[in-house]
Amino acid sequence: MSKADAPRLPRIQRRRHFKSLMANAVIMTLAGFAILPLILVFSYIARSGFPALNLDFFYKLPAPAGETGGGMGNAILGSVAMVIMSGVMSIPPGLLCGLYVAEFSHQKLARLLRFVIDLMTGVPSIVIGLFAYAMLVVPLGGFSAWAGSAALGIIMMPIVSRTTEEILRLIPDQLRESGLALGLPRWKVLLRLIMRAGRSAIATGVFLAVARASGETAPLLFTSFNNQYWSKSLSEPIASLPVQIYTYAISPYEEWHRLAWAGSLILVTVVFAINLLSRLLLKRTSN
Amino acid sequence: MRSDRIFNWILRGLALTVLLGFVLLVWFLWNEALPALRSAGLGFIWSTGWDPVSGDFGALPFLWGTLVSSILALMLSAPISIGAALFLTDIAPKSIRTPIAFLIEMLAAIPSVVYGIWGIFVLAPFVREHVHPLLNGWLGFTPFFEGPPFGLGMLTAAMVLAVMITPTITAVCREVFRSVPDLLREAATGIGATRWETIRLAVIRPSISGIFAAMILGLGRALGETMAVTMVIGNRPEISLSLFKPAATMASVIANEYAEAQGDSHLSALAAIGLVLLVVSSLVNFGARWIIERTESKTHV
Amino acid sequence: MQKVSTAVIAAENISAWYGSNRAVIDISLGVNPGEVLALIGPSGCGKSTFLRCLNRMHEEIDHTRSEGRVLYKGEDIYSDDVDPVAVRSCIGMVFQKANPFPTMSVAENVAAGLRLRGGFSRSEIESRVEGALRKAALWEEVKNKLRAPGTSLSGGQQQRLCIARALAVQPEILLMDEPTSALDPISTGRIEELMTELKKSVTIIIVTHNMQQAARISDQTAFFLMGKLVEHGNTEQIFNSPTREETENYISGRFG
Repeated sequence: MSKADAPRLPRIQRRRHFKSLMANAVIMTLAGFAILPLILVFSYIARSGFPALNLDFFYKLPAPAGETGGGMGNAILGSVAMVIMSGVMSIPPGLLCGLYVAEFSHQKLARLLRFVIDLMTGVPSIVIGLFAYAMLVVPLGGFSAWAGSAALGIIMMPIVSRTTEEILRLIPDQLRESGLALGLPRWKVLLRLIMRAGRSAIATGVFLAVARASGETAPLLFTSFNNQYWSKSLSEPIASLPVQIYTYAISPYEEWHRLAWAGSLILVTVVFAINLLSRLLLKRTSN
Repeated sequence: MRSDRIFNWILRGLALTVLLGFVLLVWFLWNEALPALRSAGLGFIWSTGWDPVSGDFGALPFLWGTLVSSILALMLSAPISIGAALFLTDIAPKSIRTPIAFLIEMLAAIPSVVYGIWGIFVLAPFVREHVHPLLNGWLGFTPFFEGPPFGLGMLTAAMVLAVMITPTITAVCREVFRSVPDLLREAATGIGATRWETIRLAVIRPSISGIFAAMILGLGRALGETMAVTMVIGNRPEISLSLFKPAATMASVIANEYAEAQGDSHLSALAAIGLVLLVVSSLVNFGARWIIERTESKTHV
Repeated sequence: MQKVSTAVIAAENISAWYGSNRAVIDISLGVNPGEVLALIGPSGCGKSTFLRCLNRMHEEIDHTRSEGRVLYKGEDIYSDDVDPVAVRSCIGMVFQKANPFPTMSVAENVAAGLRLRGGFSRSEIESRVEGALRKAALWEEVKNKLRAPGTSLSGGQQQRLCIARALAVQPEILLMDEPTSALDPISTGRIEELMTELKKSVTIIIVTHNMQQAARISDQTAFFLMGKLVEHGNTEQIFNSPTREETENYISGRFG
């Protein structure tokens, strides 16, 4: 007699339920493993970074090897300067590229651009450093803030473009049509209506690109290089927080390790803050 | 309208500039790499000696280091990422899904150099004091786990990389699982499947190629990762089967040597490595995207 | 009113909630073996939710709950020692939209439930697959493409494949949630024919928004309105001489 002919409900198949429970447990454990590193990394940075943090850290120059004290004032300033410069260089073209790719996708050139921007987001940042070296360091005769900013800008541009494109594609066609129906020229519709409609989501993308650039190290190693002092011009090598952290972390000095942890704490805090703020901004405007 | 035409020309000009810039990037790299490629030919990729002082340039140890560390990282990260994505789409209560997804995304926001410093001072000692005695003690007779406890080396690099690519793979897998219609989950539950059987039949099975694409994307991220790897892999251009031995990757050798490279042939060899890295990671990224697009068009028919 | 003792499945005072919203209010309803019961009513009246309470699918949605008893051959499927997974394999379900597993072939789709339950030999599975496909009036059309993906069939065929998938585990009751609402008239007709054939071996409860369909295929009809059961009786009686005004209004097309 087969099971379905039994007069009542079949018995519980404990083996199957046990398997299901086990699988659930495994999945939860794996999810735990995914979050664990965040807790580990952050707690170590906080624990090692806070004690090394003081006011000096923010405005003093690094102390020479073997001495205690000193700060990363020049590196912080250098990072801020280069991120601002790279933003100025990359955000406007990034926005326009995104606009072009999203709104003119019937043009062959726009589709080609989309392909290339996809390619660019996948280029390892160290390779972009090589390019900036060849393009700017060699012709200008040395490492400079310009070269570092350009490298960061090349990393940011495709990110800005991709987010802009994605956001604009979500904006309903009625908005475009209603603008055009008013007799506005297309460029005004795009810049004034469409870009404005998506502006907070686009701003999120821009912020995330800025966060990414603030933490990039590899492309700066041989473009802006490093500097133990305040840079007097943008054509000199310039210190930056990530490069300084790297240099200090691989150095043999205890004191420098402490400063590297403090620098990491600052860097992670800034990057997290930008991420959180941009998400809050997005959430507030989308509600 | 006239103003529209001007606007369009501006955009086209910009697009052409970007395209030109990219062509320039490839061309520069090619140009810089040419002397090294010309003098060594294909042997550049297959020869194993790397000694800038005597002018010996063979890229194989770096190719090996990049591939092994990335694939190892993928093996560590893939189960964790797939599990985390399933947790986020099918197991966790709705109210905690977004916060947990946010935490995992935050892993991607931490700069590479910060992972590096954590790797040097926390993970490497842990590997040296706990992982090495364990694996070396039990499996030290195999070529994979032999060697002294440096702490820095292939395994440590792969572990850091695994942490770094987990958010990428998780995010893509989550999208893939979310795009499976609930109708399928109901179909499975409706024929009397347990929770796990529903996940297996209605979530994982239709998503196989998407999961594969997510893994390839993660691999692409791992291949080009520079700082964290440079800081923990030990930077020795040697090919060894042992996961505890130091190694070097394409990205790490460029990061270590480019700023201080002496002589044109050294610079050229590093540029050639950069070119190989560019080609490999672009191919991998496009492979992943191709799979995603193909499966998307298939499931929407 | 139905005599509970003869009913193969009977709901007793079933209520169901989505969050704090009560979608089904205190419904008692049963079906005799071999009959087709149609649940009709305007959209949002709780008929689909009620249907999903009958094989414990309702609880699979987050923030839902239900109260009351459902007696399957006298046994309460909501009692603590009953396994919802076993319930669903005895009380099959067919959904609004055909949902074959896209990565499985026609044969694998039909065999899916048997494979989950386990303990069937290969030849048993083969003969059950054929049997289920024959019962679903699909065998002649697919016997030469059992290995083709389930999703390669036409819409109507896919729905019959889903019926075959539900039948393969030999349930005594088949719940159908607007099974033809996404189909063209010809495919709909074939499924209706199929149902009259099927009721020889299974009891069918069908939710439909199509009153002609209810009139054509069902023996009993229940009319739902705003979560409540308004009227239940022989289909003929419900359509020809309803006792309640709301029923008459709905059937004559004055609302809904």
